[in-house]
Amino acid sequence: MDRLQMRAMLRDMLRARAFEEAAAQGYAQGQIAGFLHLYPGEEAVAVGVLHAAEPGDYVVSTYREHVHALVRGIPAQEIMAELHGKITGVSKGMGGSMHLFDASRRFLGGYAIVGETFPIALGAAYAVAYRRLPEAVICFFGDGAVNQGTFHESLNMAALWKLPILFVCENNHYQIGTEIHRHSAITEVYKRACGYGIPAEKVDGMDVLAVHAAARKALERVRSGDGPQFLELETYRYRGHSMADPASYRPNVELNAYQANDPIAAAIHEAESAYPSADAMAAVGADCISHFCDHCCQEGHLDKAEITRLRQEVQAEVDDAVRFAQQSAEPDMQDAWSVFHHNRRYEVLMETAP
Amino acid sequence: MSDLFYWQSLNRAMDAEMAADETVITLGEDVGLYGGTYRVTEGLMAKYGEWRVRDTPISENSFTGLGVGAAMLGLRPVVEIMTINFALFAIDAIINMAAKIPFMSGGQFPMPLTIRMPGGIARQLGAQHSQRLEHTLMNVPGLRIAVPATPQDAYWQLRQAIHSDDALIVLEHELLYFSKGDVNEKAVAPPIHQALLRRSGRDVTCIAYSRMVILALEAAEFLAKEGIEMTVIDLRSLAPIDWDTCVQSVQQTHHCLIVEEDCRFAGAGAELSATLQERCFYFLDRPIQRVAGLDIPTPFNGKLEAASIPRTEDIISAVRQMLGTPGGQS
Repeated sequence: MDRLQMRAMLRDMLRARAFEEAAAQGYAQGQIAGFLHLYPGEEAVAVGVLHAAEPGDYVVSTYREHVHALVRGIPAQEIMAELHGKITGVSKGMGGSMHLFDASRRFLGGYAIVGETFPIALGAAYAVAYRRLPEAVICFFGDGAVNQGTFHESLNMAALWKLPILFVCENNHYQIGTEIHRHSAITEVYKRACGYGIPAEKVDGMDVLAVHAAARKALERVRSGDGPQFLELETYRYRGHSMADPASYRPNVELNAYQANDPIAAAIHEAESAYPSADAMAAVGADCISHFCDHCCQEGHLDKAEITRLRQEVQAEVDDAVRFAQQSAEPDMQDAWSVFHHNRRYEVLMETAP
Repeated sequence: MSDLFYWQSLNRAMDAEMAADETVITLGEDVGLYGGTYRVTEGLMAKYGEWRVRDTPISENSFTGLGVGAAMLGLRPVVEIMTINFALFAIDAIINMAAKIPFMSGGQFPMPLTIRMPGGIARQLGAQHSQRLEHTLMNVPGLRIAVPATPQDAYWQLRQAIHSDDALIVLEHELLYFSKGDVNEKAVAPPIHQALLRRSGRDVTCIAYSRMVILALEAAEFLAKEGIEMTVIDLRSLAPIDWDTCVQSVQQTHHCLIVEEDCRFAGAGAELSATLQERCFYFLDRPIQRVAGLDIPTPFNGKLEAASIPRTEDIISAVRQMLGTPGGQS
């Protein structure tokens, strides 16, 4: 992995964290209403997987999807505005936090009914396979979704027809408040995929580099026509299921243990230690140092000061997004009707079949 | 013009659309090799291959959802659900996905999805196989529902459904698949949601859909012998409903009878009755009446089953009662 890519991934993780904290703040202040499911703790999953994705790939996500949307490239302004229910939101204020859609970025939506991402991904992948395109469909879901019928139905059909889907289980160990040992007979989720003959792997979802490497490998196989692949990424959400959930069912020690293994801190550590120190560079020799310095200036250097700058940069972006969302207009009923009628094509419905 | 079974005209409509447009695919249980439970997809797999005519496992929720996802990428899937009873497993895909995604996405994703399925009561299939769920589907903004009663409409409306960029349900009827009628494949089709007058009469307006249109026409024929002239409106569409055609007729006849196979309580006829009452109140000589299915799970016993849904004689006696003419001219 090159430095730029590592820097970009770290930057996205910081953006994700800042975005979600701002959303939580907006919710606490009453600016954001409804259900709000936040991502802190799970950033390495979205960032690792989506940095391995190509622009031609499709993404299907759940109701905890702000960060998937953000990392996929949907502007923070448009996501934040959607959370605020504004007309400038990515779904024009008609979808909300759980229903972010962006056709141009092949983001096929956030789905609020657990288990819906499977058939959507199945259909998208069917269309891709029918057209024989080298594209993959990335299907996100949580550990709670694997007990829905659609999980089994869709894995079966995906395997049967060798559809290009990467199934990504964000195993945060809780279906809302029920811990995985209390909701699943088999707690190693990836083993269930084996029942359908789908290659499956369990990866540390707190380690962005491991996630990225596994996702890249799996996506290459998917795009090359090998059929579906399955990744179980073990992760943890620091907050409750939604803003309405104080998460009192979890022992503090568990939360503390995961926070000690914070994926952002881990990524920063990784980035720093992988980088040569000033002494190490000096030891290479003057010409090499100046050459490397030039190179680093071009590629973007990563040291503590740079990370501070990155933090400031993403915070500014998020602050701007919040400002944009707050200042944007609300949709009116006319907007709702026009969205509703948008695709109805009355002229076709009224015409004669050819 | 040819004399075709209802299933044959659906088959021809599928064939015509699949030949014209490579984005049209169909999927469902036994639609391929078997040719469809009611033969609607007969011969299509041999002609178009298995990627366009896909036999699915028995997984209604996910294969209907597959249709939704494929439609989001621009295909025009025609999902066959073997009977509406099995659609209860697919109700999430229909109501929560197909009907919602175009709207929730701010209009970014059209939903060129057609779902075909027979509803209604056939002959002694038991309560689980004898349901009418039109009321449930009508209550979902974002769905359109066509209810063809004739082979000609089956041909036209299926083709029009496939052209729609909205989720459209073609609600067929198990007892109509082997009904026959003239089908003109070249004729100009009326709009898919337009109601049609099957018969004109001055005394009473009977509004029906799907198989009940056939019964209403039989009743009208019989009543004519008594001197009662009944208009029969075939709704052809339950969402949206062509109110203007209904209102115009009721304004002329001052009497309105709604015939539905749906259960009476909160059934399709309840909506018809409520809205027509609002729009026609001052034209009505009598309250709007409904002849509907009984509010009971369908009994298996043949005689009881027949008694649980409207029969031609029920329509006749309802009209007589409404006009206050037990057996003669008003």
